Amino acid sequence: MARLIETSPCAGLLPRTIGAVDLSEVEPAQITLIAPFKGQQAAVSDALDAALGLTFPAPNRATGQGARAVWSGAGQALLIGSACPALPGAACIDQSDAWAIVRIEGADAARVLARLTPLDLRPEVFQQDHTARSVLGQMPVSLTRVGRHAYEVMVMRSMARTLVQELTRAAQGVADRIEPSI
Amino acid sequence: MRLPCPLCGDRDRREFYYQGAAVTLNRPAPEADADAWDAYLHLRDNPAGETRDLWYHEAGCGAWIMVTRNTLTHEVLGAELIEGVPA
Repeated sequence: MARLIETSPCAGLLPRTIGAVDLSEVEPAQITLIAPFKGQQAAVSDALDAALGLTFPAPNRATGQGARAVWSGAGQALLIGSACPALPGAACIDQSDAWAIVRIEGADAARVLARLTPLDLRPEVFQQDHTARSVLGQMPVSLTRVGRHAYEVMVMRSMARTLVQELTRAAQGVADRIEPSI
Repeated sequence: MRLPCPLCGDRDRREFYYQGAAVTLNRPAPEADADAWDAYLHLRDNPAGETRDLWYHEAGCGAWIMVTRNTLTHEVLGAELIEGVPA
């Protein structure tokens, strides 16, 4: 029987540093999509709280430290970095191999992302643990702010190379800017 | 153009897919006569002023929303989730 070699979505592409921005791959142990059935969201949230100490996130928010729940659309969230507990009130789907996650960190991170997405990324609007589904270039993405100058971008695995290419190009553009001297 | 998604807030137009006039929500009864179905499928008003249309937040939360806007002023007046609209 053939033995397959497992590689991460961004293998050979990351990490890299461009100007004031670091790009690195995030490889969580497990990713599970959780979609509570109608009227079950509160019960699912309680069950998650009891098992992992985090709640089901409100729209455009992420919850938890370590293992995290990231809102990923109407009525659904992604549990990242932990095995999924038994949740009778929800559909739970293992998507561990479906996503590529890139962390973009550095003083210019927001400036780089602003070249690619229409989201309002001003720090007073898009705060820590805020998340959004939007577009980055032509790709649908999930974007979460995880630190003062750090963001995580998730795309479907098949788009990993394009994501790295887009971020690299934008970061290069930001790094090459010459600030006008006064 | 920005559309006020009830879940996500103001978002860029390129995140949305346009479906058409919200009259498609008023589906005739299955036994309705041919005229009613003809009107439902093919006849559309072209109002100058306030209109309601359906948008899909395709690259966002995945919700269908009904947006009220004014075709004369391009003003966007509001939006609600289709889920909450009585059938």
